[in-house]
Amino acid sequence: MKKTTTILAVAALMSSTAVVNAETLKWARAGDALTLDPHSQNEGPSHTMRHQMYEPLIIRDTSGAFVPTLATDWAPSADNPNVWVFNLRKGVKFHDGADFTAEDVVFSFERAKQPNSDMKELIGSITAVRAVDDHTVEIETEGPNPILPSNLTNLFMMDKGWTEANNTVNVQDFEGGEITYATTNVNGTGAYTLVSREPDVKTVMARNEAYWGRNDFPMEVSEIVYTPIQNAATRVAALLSGEINFLQDMPVQDLARVDGTDGLVVKQAPQNRVIFFGMNQGADDLEADNIEGKNPLADVRVRKAMSMAINRDAIRQVVMRGQSQPAGMIAPPFVNGWTAAMDGESSTDLEGAKALMAEAGYGDGFSIRLDCPNDRYINDEPICQAAVGMLGQIGITVNLDAIPKAQHFPKIVEGKTDFYMLGWGVPTYDSEYIFNFLVHGRESDIGTWNGTGFNDADVNAKIKSLASNTDLDARNADIAAIWRAVQDEQLYIPIHHQVLNWGMGEGVGIEVDPEDQPRVKYFTMK
Amino acid sequence: MTDQPISAQKDPQAAPPSRLRRALDSDFYYAFRHSPVAMVSAAVSLLLILSAVFAPLIATTNPFDPTSLNLMNGFTPPMTPNSFTGETFLMGTDDQGRDVFSTILYGMRISLFVGFAAVLFAVVLGIFLGLLAGYFGGWIDSFIMRAADVQLTFPSILVAMLIFGIAKGITPIEHRDQMAIWVLILAIGLSDWVQFARVVRGATLVERNKDYVSAARLIGRRPSAIMLRHILPNILSPVLVIATISLALAIIAEATLSFLGVGAPPTQPSLGTLIRIGQGYLFSGEWWILFFPACTLLALALSVNMLGDWLRDVLNPRLK
Repeated sequence: MKKTTTILAVAALMSSTAVVNAETLKWARAGDALTLDPHSQNEGPSHTMRHQMYEPLIIRDTSGAFVPTLATDWAPSADNPNVWVFNLRKGVKFHDGADFTAEDVVFSFERAKQPNSDMKELIGSITAVRAVDDHTVEIETEGPNPILPSNLTNLFMMDKGWTEANNTVNVQDFEGGEITYATTNVNGTGAYTLVSREPDVKTVMARNEAYWGRNDFPMEVSEIVYTPIQNAATRVAALLSGEINFLQDMPVQDLARVDGTDGLVVKQAPQNRVIFFGMNQGADDLEADNIEGKNPLADVRVRKAMSMAINRDAIRQVVMRGQSQPAGMIAPPFVNGWTAAMDGESSTDLEGAKALMAEAGYGDGFSIRLDCPNDRYINDEPICQAAVGMLGQIGITVNLDAIPKAQHFPKIVEGKTDFYMLGWGVPTYDSEYIFNFLVHGRESDIGTWNGTGFNDADVNAKIKSLASNTDLDARNADIAAIWRAVQDEQLYIPIHHQVLNWGMGEGVGIEVDPEDQPRVKYFTMK
Repeated sequence: MTDQPISAQKDPQAAPPSRLRRALDSDFYYAFRHSPVAMVSAAVSLLLILSAVFAPLIATTNPFDPTSLNLMNGFTPPMTPNSFTGETFLMGTDDQGRDVFSTILYGMRISLFVGFAAVLFAVVLGIFLGLLAGYFGGWIDSFIMRAADVQLTFPSILVAMLIFGIAKGITPIEHRDQMAIWVLILAIGLSDWVQFARVVRGATLVERNKDYVSAARLIGRRPSAIMLRHILPNILSPVLVIATISLALAIIAEATLSFLGVGAPPTQPSLGTLIRIGQGYLFSGEWWILFFPACTLLALALSVNMLGDWLRDVLNPRLK
């Protein structure tokens, strides 16, 4: 008995010293990365995890400025206005020891253009990627593309040899439920290597001592333990008890509690992300409603009425506790093309909304299903619940189906939802990114997240021309015209721009990134 | 108010055949009058059940009608005017501006309805299978009882979740909200029939060799008639005891499933759903969203359970 006690005491002592010595970042947020395949699922939390292990040519800092990463510098070619030249960093190695060369860049771009890739909209204008020598790459676009570098900040570089050897050249078919080698294994150039991964349970990463920037960045975290915790109260309890020391999705109701706790801090910044509802206006008849032979959402008056029924101030005050900014357009203020005037265009007017509904012939209302994620955005399910009540006041009976994001997002991409919640961050800081994914009519390589069925030839043509328009004033005029069309159509119902809150132990040093993309190599640990 | 449950308490006993009742009545009433625990728990149960039944008359708002909600009323503390709307609520409001008091009353209806219906379902299924197994014996007995044994190796909440998951997968999403309640009943009922089947089988094994059953066989009554008319009335009292305790367990099972997010939909919260919602606001100090539904659930489950315990003691003195 005595012996056991001694052993236990020694074990306890050892484990406590281990905790003190190892700089472990115990990191939690609401949901997990959907996949590790670098070119599948263009989604925030998935990118966040990839950014620790894979790297793109360029990243952005917290102010939005470019930071050379795998490319050291880049410029348009002097000879050909359609070509960008990227000089690659020398001496970079993948986790398995292979050298990073121009060949890998060419390969990664080709892979990202595959039909199953979710990154293809970002590089749709690229016609060719050529390796000039081992450390120089030329990227040719269809016409001059002045903002090409903006589109590359989440485009991760894979090792050609490793990918081919492991038979994982094809991007996974995420919506089809495919699992490939690259969805669970990683061989990147990043500052951390994958130790183990159990999807939705735990992912462990370790510091890459051979990282090219080992001496250029703090890299004080030696081990990352990433745990998705869907339940908000459990998440906060884990932070309060010290079980985790970095929490990305802070529940807004617990900000004061966490900030007031000794040893914990909350850091805040407006986020580059807007939350909105999408409506299927394109179908002849909706599956999720009770009107036969007609689509109530096809009538712009119904869509306007729905937007007018949403009381954004009440959502901000009560659901978000002030941690949001009501939105009138689906572009965050960070984005080129955002205007304060358009962002102020949504208003609440119940009487006007009812009149519009009656005018459209739906005075008695209708019922429809609202698809909503419950582990992605801040208070996503409560926002949807609040919308149920607000839409009920103009006669629309809403059946809410709140499910995890891993099942919710495929519904939008596959067109299996008629009324849904979605949030959009803009890593390129330009409206073209929003248009390419959410406004252009749905085709195989563009408009893939546009679940509205909106497909207007004029708007499509304008969007396509943005990529190669070098006259920035004319380009901005086109962007404004497209936004006008989106606003007049009430293509989406904007709700709000999120405010980011990260909770962390006092020893953890990191600034909040407006894109919600913490990069652990910048973290300091005291 | 305390007198009412005492007289009403006899009513559940009206369900079994009158022969049984006449035999028990006087002793039963005497035992009841001399057990403060029984009287208090009967009073609490009855109070809660009645307030659930008459919820539309008592509640100040209808929390299941989304059009009547005002989001600005959200998170109002109990008995304190809301800072935006100035409205005051007895037990405060939840995150959607629902009056907690009204929501508890309506939520209790769901909890109780699911509880009663699930137990009824389990009782009918258990009696049916138990009678078959006990009366016929042989391979029928082995088959039913082994199936019961297999099911007993799984925790009942797990079985219920499994059934709920499958049912959710096959019902169209449009009907999920309406179906959720029935699926809950099915799930809890199916996870709960085993104990009834076991008790009924055991009792049937004893009864079927008694003279009155042999006599009924001799005069040529059909097995179904013998089981239902002769054996069943004689084995009902243990079933009644288990059913009462099961009711408390079924209410808790429903709350557990709803707490885990697989039960009643958030737009029609049961007690478990309310506790799940409230649990998210514990750290931020909005205790009332969790506290009042939790107390109600505690009072309901405890009083029904105590009543069941007392019933067991009275009806089956050998178990003491």
